[in-house]
Amino acid sequence: MTWETVIGLEVHVQLSTKSKLFSGTSTQFGAEPNTQANIYDLALPGTLPVLNEKALEMAVRFGLAIGAQIGKRSVFDRKNYFYPDLPKGYQVSQLDFPIVGKGSLTITLDDGIEKVIGVTRAHMEEDAGKSLHDEFQGNSAIDLNRAGTPLLEIVSEPDLRTATEAVAYLKKLHSIIRYLDISDGNMAQGSMRCDANVSIRKQGDTELGTRTEIKNINSFRFVEKAINYEVMRQREVLEDGGRIVQETRLYDSDKNETRTMRSKEVANDYRYFPEPDLLPVVIDDAYITALEKTLPELPDQKSQRFVTDYDLSHYDAGVLVSNREMAEFYEQVVEICADPKLSANWVTGELLGLLNKNNREFSDSPISAKRLGALISRIKDGTISGKIAKTVFAAMTEDSSNVDQIIESRGLKQVTDSGEIEQLIEEVIANNPDQVQQYRGGKEQVFAFLIGQAMRLSKGKANPAQVNTLLREKLK
Amino acid sequence: MIGKSITELSKALAAREISSVELTQAYLKRINEVDESLNSFITVCEDQALAQAKAADTKLAAGEANSLCGIPMAHKDIFCTKGITTTCGSRMLSNFVSPYDATVVEKFKAAGAVTLGKTNMDEFAMGSSNETSYFGPVNNPWDITRVPGGSSGGSATAVAADLCAMATGTDTGGSIRQPASFCGVTGFKPSYGRVSRWGMIAFASSLDQAGPICKSAEDAAMMLNVMAGLDIKDSTSIDLAVPDYRATLNDSLDGLRIGIPRQHFAEGLKAEVEQAVREALSEYEKLGATLVDIDLPNNHLSVSAYYVVAPAEASANLSRYDGVRYGYRCDNPVDLEDMYKRTRSEGFGDEVKRRILVGTYALSAGYYDAYYLKAQRIRRLIKQDFLDAFKDVDVIVGPTSPHTAFLLGAKTDPVAMYLEDIYTIAVNLAGLPGVSIPAGISDDLPIGLQIVAGDFAEAKLLNVAHQFQLHTDWHTRKPNLSGPGFAAPSSKEVEG
Amino acid sequence: MALDKSEVEKIAQLARLHVSDSEADEVASRISEILALIDKMQAVDTQNVEPLSHPLDSVQRLRPDEVNETDRRDELQENSPNTEAGLYLVPKVID
Repeated sequence: MTWETVIGLEVHVQLSTKSKLFSGTSTQFGAEPNTQANIYDLALPGTLPVLNEKALEMAVRFGLAIGAQIGKRSVFDRKNYFYPDLPKGYQVSQLDFPIVGKGSLTITLDDGIEKVIGVTRAHMEEDAGKSLHDEFQGNSAIDLNRAGTPLLEIVSEPDLRTATEAVAYLKKLHSIIRYLDISDGNMAQGSMRCDANVSIRKQGDTELGTRTEIKNINSFRFVEKAINYEVMRQREVLEDGGRIVQETRLYDSDKNETRTMRSKEVANDYRYFPEPDLLPVVIDDAYITALEKTLPELPDQKSQRFVTDYDLSHYDAGVLVSNREMAEFYEQVVEICADPKLSANWVTGELLGLLNKNNREFSDSPISAKRLGALISRIKDGTISGKIAKTVFAAMTEDSSNVDQIIESRGLKQVTDSGEIEQLIEEVIANNPDQVQQYRGGKEQVFAFLIGQAMRLSKGKANPAQVNTLLREKLK
Repeated sequence: MIGKSITELSKALAAREISSVELTQAYLKRINEVDESLNSFITVCEDQALAQAKAADTKLAAGEANSLCGIPMAHKDIFCTKGITTTCGSRMLSNFVSPYDATVVEKFKAAGAVTLGKTNMDEFAMGSSNETSYFGPVNNPWDITRVPGGSSGGSATAVAADLCAMATGTDTGGSIRQPASFCGVTGFKPSYGRVSRWGMIAFASSLDQAGPICKSAEDAAMMLNVMAGLDIKDSTSIDLAVPDYRATLNDSLDGLRIGIPRQHFAEGLKAEVEQAVREALSEYEKLGATLVDIDLPNNHLSVSAYYVVAPAEASANLSRYDGVRYGYRCDNPVDLEDMYKRTRSEGFGDEVKRRILVGTYALSAGYYDAYYLKAQRIRRLIKQDFLDAFKDVDVIVGPTSPHTAFLLGAKTDPVAMYLEDIYTIAVNLAGLPGVSIPAGISDDLPIGLQIVAGDFAEAKLLNVAHQFQLHTDWHTRKPNLSGPGFAAPSSKEVEG
Repeated sequence: MALDKSEVEKIAQLARLHVSDSEADEVASRISEILALIDKMQAVDTQNVEPLSHPLDSVQRLRPDEVNETDRRDELQENSPNTEAGLYLVPKVID
């Protein structure tokens, strides 16, 4: 029995506006409970919503970035249900006339193959508050700071077929929203949340199987694990002759399993109807065109340009553009040292490794693009070898002086003087007569040992290529 | 001084014939003496009123005042008033002290008016008789065994009984006009969007509108000058300049075309009401108007459509009353569900609960198209009827209510109560401005004349109403408050 | 359209209202009467009529993205039924 997995993702992105969607309260993260909840957010009687222009811009820019139809006349609706973190007893959302219609984005799978994933729609809605369930003896505690924060809910078509594709989609989405700078997109902090709709069907079937919705996934890694677990679970149920119950399931990352949500609303009837306190949001072509002009170069375009202009592989280009800051950092480095390939290696290798280890961003890298560019320039002009450059790099993380100063003060300049190198080699030959004899006797492997000795003797500073050539000659 | 119109009081204050403090004290005294029999006030703010009066006097002395400075008024308890209990006639908010002022309240404050207190009303504005208030029914000052109308029954009564010089009301299906009609005062509902709804506790968002209840069209013009205008905190507030509504009060009615809807003179209309209305129409003819028969063919559907739209919107607007952040919460809730259900069932009265259920039903899965959507389509037909009529006429005139004030407790059937608003409801569905002015008295009970105009034609409406009041004196008649049930009047006759 | 007791219970649950067993029949009949009133709408054909959700033929105004609110927590929680450490407390929600 071959099963096909069908996955659709619903991603909620918290828009990084200064104030909330319908009120002028701050959206800053981390404030004391209920200090960022005004009379509208608390749903006091008589309060009314007014739409945040920046949230609208951000939503439209997202739509443009995924090539979507823009809803020129979108309408807000009330989604009615009771929960203590929902002060009005309804959420203001968009149902039939969302701000963004059909669009798509392209993912690149590991084998380099590209796949287009459809986006059904994206709409604006208010976030709910937060509930704390465990600290107040028999009570739940409600913090409404988050209530009213603007969200963009992005719904994908059920075009994803594996957990890996799902993660690729999510990462692409994340990179787009970071490029547009419309959200922090931080899954751990909750500014980007992902729910997965998962179903399976027999390979070849056209009808979709019953799907379950998986919630509480808060990292890319868990997206993959949760989906894989759920697919396996569904397979087991169906292969045992059972049926899948359409329900919402919670992902437990500790146990790596999904389970039925206990508080599942019994067929919640949301009784949507158009929000009478708001009028239809109408935007014209001029508005859309103006926003189009503000779009930055997006990941796909940038990646293509890197391949064309810098002759990078699709893979390398893909890595570099996955993070806008990294891509921009990279180009600054290239501008200085004029070596796109070396720059790519160093940025995605040593530098990225350093930043990840210390939980830093490209924006607060201890090694600036300027200094990295200078370092690479010194490799290119032979002042130091690639290997020594790593030592210099390590020094640069603690020493903020410029590259030349560091090379100089630590005596790391590469030795290129042929006379010096000759001397080195003579010394190596003199000190290792057995190995020399073995090499001359035909044992090729020993050559590497002798090179190693020469490098050691020079404390790594001898130009390896010259050492190699001269040693070969001398050993003839 | 008590009992005079705003216009007269304003002149007297400006001329320093009387101070705002004296005036306020006089009204407070009268409330104290009379309101026990009427129950038109839920809260009286004596200290604040006197403080405001004092401040007004300072302004008046400095010659800085505008026309409403120092005038004592009342606000329907649906308007949030900072630091003052705002109950909306409900147990749910009986302890709710608002932390902010409604825009309407702010505007009157800025104009220097003095707030005497908050008036009684049907709970959450749901009612046509002021019998559903948690704080007890309001009695009609013309006959305290009868209803004053609703939901702004308290405001209409307070104005009629001279417990304040002017009051605010709200009108969703007739709640300003109908009580004005039953109490013999002038009640004006502006076009939807003309007055800000910020701070006005929501009942049906696409229908609610705030308006003046006072003694005359001239007074209403003065009040509307203050109340009307764009408020950016209310997305449904219209950005339209506010004219000086007094400037055109005396425009000639020569050539005015008055539409008389066939549907408003059909069965159910009491003979005495019809007679008063026809006499009023003759009066208008004398003033130069032409009467034109018109048709509002979908009028008979207005109550049906209204009782889908209003409860539907209300069912969502009232979901916030859950006992979590403010207002009533039941004792010792067992769990969350228990807290929600008991809080809401104990906090709301029967009529409110009924309408929430109807509204919830109308929006529920499978019924949305047949009810809510259908009602919104009917709404368009009703508006179109008016637009068509206004191609041919300038205003539409008819009775405000099919009869005069009925007895307290007489209408126990909700549907019968809903039909009270048969002439007024369509005006809300269409978002048009309408006014009720006194046009007769039958068996000592006032009869109201309703005048309706096109979108944002408040000036015309006030002009047409004012001219009637210049040539008749129905609006100057007062209830006799010395009848049975009233406290004995003070020995010193109140200066009138 | 007449409503029976079980439907009333369903709607009451959606609206978080408690309708006791003894009340349910009366509530059902009252609401059925109102529904009969509402059903008069069905007599008219409205197939080609656009719904009117707002009397105003207007569009939504936009608000600049600015913070204009200060922390008023203590003041706003003065009349709250149950708060602790600035949080609103409700009987525990089981998730």
